[in-house]
Amino acid sequence: MSAALETPAARPFMAAQGAAVLVILAIACLLVPAYASAWTIEAILLPFLAFSLAGLGLNLLTGYAGQVSLGSAAFMAVGAYAAYNFQLRLDLPLPLTFLFAALTAAAVGVIFGLPSLRLKGFYLAVSTLAAQFFIQWLFNKFGWFSNYSPSGVISAPVLGFAGITFDTRESRYLLALSVVVVITFLVHRFVNGPARINLIAVRDNETAARVIGVPVLRTKLTAFALSSAIIGIAGVLWSFTYLRTIEPEGFNLDRSFQILFIAIIGGLATVRGAFLGAGLIVVFPLLLSRGSAWILDGGLDAGTVQLTQRIILGATIIIFLILEPNGLSAILDRITARTRSLFAKITRGRA
Amino acid sequence: MSFFRRLAPALLAATILTGSFSTARADEQFFPLQSYRVGPYAAGGTGFFGGFIDYLTLINDRDGGVNGVKLTWAEGETEYEVEKGVEVYQRLKSTPGIAAWNPLSVGIAYAMIDGVTEDRVPLLTVNHGRTDTTDGRVFPYVFPLLLNPYSESSGIVNYIASKEGGAEGLKGKKIVVLYHGSPYGKETIPIYELLAEKFGFELVQIEVPHPGSEQQAQWLQIRRERPDYVVLRGWGVMNPVALTTAQRNGFPVDRIIGNVWSNSEEDALPAGDAAIGYTAITTQASGQEYPVLKEIISGVYDQGKGNLADKNRIGSVYHNLGIVNGILNVEAIRIAQAKFGNRTLTGDEVRWGFEHLQLSPERVKELGAEGLFHSINVTWDNHEGEGYVTFQQWDGKKWNVVSDWIAPDWALLRPIIEASSEAYAREKGIAIRTAADVDTVIGPN
Amino acid sequence: MDWFEFLFAVEVAVGGLLSGVMYALVAIGFVLIYKTSGVLNFAQGAMVLFAALTFVSLVEREVPFALALVVTLVIMGLLGLAIERTVLRPLANRSPMTLFMATLGLAWVIEGGAQLIWGTQVHALDLGISNAPFEIGGIYISNFDLVAAAIALALVIVLTSFFRFTRTGLSFRAVADDTFAAIAIGLRLNRIQAAVWTAAGVVALVAGLLWGARLGVQFSLSLVVLKALPVLVLGGFDSIAGAIVAGLLIGASEKLAEVYIGPFVGGGIEGWFAYVVALAVLLIRPQGLFGHKITERF
Repeated sequence: MSAALETPAARPFMAAQGAAVLVILAIACLLVPAYASAWTIEAILLPFLAFSLAGLGLNLLTGYAGQVSLGSAAFMAVGAYAAYNFQLRLDLPLPLTFLFAALTAAAVGVIFGLPSLRLKGFYLAVSTLAAQFFIQWLFNKFGWFSNYSPSGVISAPVLGFAGITFDTRESRYLLALSVVVVITFLVHRFVNGPARINLIAVRDNETAARVIGVPVLRTKLTAFALSSAIIGIAGVLWSFTYLRTIEPEGFNLDRSFQILFIAIIGGLATVRGAFLGAGLIVVFPLLLSRGSAWILDGGLDAGTVQLTQRIILGATIIIFLILEPNGLSAILDRITARTRSLFAKITRGRA
Repeated sequence: MSFFRRLAPALLAATILTGSFSTARADEQFFPLQSYRVGPYAAGGTGFFGGFIDYLTLINDRDGGVNGVKLTWAEGETEYEVEKGVEVYQRLKSTPGIAAWNPLSVGIAYAMIDGVTEDRVPLLTVNHGRTDTTDGRVFPYVFPLLLNPYSESSGIVNYIASKEGGAEGLKGKKIVVLYHGSPYGKETIPIYELLAEKFGFELVQIEVPHPGSEQQAQWLQIRRERPDYVVLRGWGVMNPVALTTAQRNGFPVDRIIGNVWSNSEEDALPAGDAAIGYTAITTQASGQEYPVLKEIISGVYDQGKGNLADKNRIGSVYHNLGIVNGILNVEAIRIAQAKFGNRTLTGDEVRWGFEHLQLSPERVKELGAEGLFHSINVTWDNHEGEGYVTFQQWDGKKWNVVSDWIAPDWALLRPIIEASSEAYAREKGIAIRTAADVDTVIGPN
Repeated sequence: MDWFEFLFAVEVAVGGLLSGVMYALVAIGFVLIYKTSGVLNFAQGAMVLFAALTFVSLVEREVPFALALVVTLVIMGLLGLAIERTVLRPLANRSPMTLFMATLGLAWVIEGGAQLIWGTQVHALDLGISNAPFEIGGIYISNFDLVAAAIALALVIVLTSFFRFTRTGLSFRAVADDTFAAIAIGLRLNRIQAAVWTAAGVVALVAGLLWGARLGVQFSLSLVVLKALPVLVLGGFDSIAGAIVAGLLIGASEKLAEVYIGPFVGGGIEGWFAYVVALAVLLIRPQGLFGHKITERF
């Protein structure tokens, strides 16, 4: 798919795509902090950023390397709790906190990735639930992780670095944004680099991959490590820039499913898919609830409205999966392809 | 994809709606409600928010509001999830004339503490919440009204003492605390240890993993321990399962004492016969015999304005908790109006009202709630307000009160609360308030 | 170990075995669907909820017990058919992961629908089976658990003989073994899958009634699937006998672990210990105890 795009004729178009990314970034950096409402930042953009990163991390594992995980929320929790404890106990500077949180999540990810060396498919997927339940239990059980907070819920401390404290809404947003941008760039490089072949070989045919000399073991564990590290950082963003509170229940199985949903609906094995998927999962329920509140406005009791929304949400997932197997990313591809042919027609017309 | 082409205009239309809108005009006081009507805790959410809304409706229809100030509200569904609660908070917080927040969820309350302190709007966590917010010196805007988790533990132990013929009777007894495997369940572990030391009873605390649909191992352990009492600190489905599993293992149900989140009809009813004789703590009695309930039935439900879909739930534990919560909110506004005038108050003015929320048993009787709850005595530094507790027993169909109003041992708990809140103040760099700060109130503009 | 301690250990193990049967009951519903459709049907929990809620609501509306049972059976059958027609068939030949996601969406639809129709109230369900324990040689055993075990056993026998001895059952297996070959010899895939979904609905009803009598019929009933998942991995996704054996194994070992290992780490370990047991076995037999060797790929 992407190989097809890299023909010489497509080059001006690639440049246009790059430009589009830059424009979006410029808006995100400059216009959003200045003009967006508190609600837009707190209820849409901050969860969107954290979810995108988590979706990106899982996509690396599931989309590129073909290993399914249902324990993503647990790795978010590892990142969040690690960051909290590194800040609290070692008072590390911010970049190091992020790095160490990522490393911790990576280490835990490798441990829980070990079964992938023997298991496949749903057997592996269900096994990753072990991580989900064990890690939630661990943080809940041992007060040390939450610094013996009496109710077990932590108020996340304000992050700060080099004289800047990220306490205002806008600064938290910009911090989250920069982290997401940097990591997305690195992931983009990684999946378009030499590692891509190994990952996809393992995903598509493990035995064949072994035959042509791909280090299957190492590739799988690398995928688990990188994916968990990124999801761990997503956890840091989730708890420190978005909710500013940390509790084990916030990283439950439903959260893991949400992340899987983002990766699949967005489009497996694409970088932008994570962003599209996260956008859908953050924005769609909000629109649905606002829309139904507006349309029904007191006509039905609140419980009925909520249950109806749940049904619509579930049905939308199913309809979506039926209509568009390759996710939002494929839709975007179609749109760009159409624009490109239009673009080509215009240039041809001029020549 | 035609589906998405069709979706697009809908998305656009809905986006326009997402800006904040105002519902409160002059002389209205607004309650943003972070309710939960779907999901695992829907029974609690519909009962509590139903009772709250019913009481607000009653005040509007019967009295024309509080001294002429109409009460308004808007609901946002949270499904008891923190991030949904935060979204609703962000969406509704710029609505003018907000009186107070009442999320009925510890997790959501935690995520709002910084925000409401900045906004200067009270945050109420009736019967639950973060225990150390009782200390109004550190948390000016947070009110765990009536009963915080520590007081609850003390109230339960005092009740057991009363059944054993006084504090002396606890010596050498054995109590098992069966708690839900969550931060909520674990919160009182040190308090029970403290109480065990003070009263000289033997204590075993056993955890039930979430959600608690399987407890055979735990109840076998309990049977091996042969305790005199089991305190059930449950949540949701864990409660009925505890009762049926106790029955299966031959543990007498009248020796099981439930805490404040194990005390509803929804906790006992599913256990069927196994629940008959089960006793639980409560701050508000259930039943429809109180004057305020009768007025709600005649003035709200009979007019077709009731919030509960199922009228059989009128007077249930959660419904009555919602009503009591309504009374506390409305009276705080009334008290604040007496000082600041009968108009839409600012959040900070309502905070002042809550900090002077003192309802004697006589006043409670005037409000038509005698026997429904005892009294409250909130001060600027005690945001819990010395709520009394009572105990109710399940007879297979409904709860019956089986004890007097019992006072928890507040003096014993206060130093622990202060140690915790002061640590929080140090960590967050918060200056500890003095009595002089209470009357510094931010008025309108 | 003195006699009392020994008895206690036996009691824990027996209690665990009986709990395990209850897990297996839920797991069987998954197995049926996986066997023929290759889907890990996460909506099974929602179906359990839907079945129990429908049944209990009918009984509360004074419908006689037997009639309520029949009506619920019919409704569950129709639900199964509807799912097959509207979700599974349009998604034929998609990756297992897509199908799994679809069943997550389906779970929302069914849960929402069940509560929309019958309300979010908590219900008590009395099947008329006494929960009181009786004593055998110093060990307490619950009457209810024995009945539940008997029902589960009967269900397994019925299903197994169905798959082994009837023409329809054999065509199920043919589809499971090789879908394309089955189609090639003229088996009607759609009809077979519809039948399987109906059967899964029936199993959901049995599980819903037995679990519902224990927990009360409420939203949390749908969470029982979490107890069934490790059983599935251990027993193999496609083996009914495996589900029973794994259920027993997991029930007993998690209870013993909770009682004898739990106290050293603070307790509450059941939730994840089941997965540890499953994983330990899987490292030796990656397809589960009784599962077919798998070649699936995502």
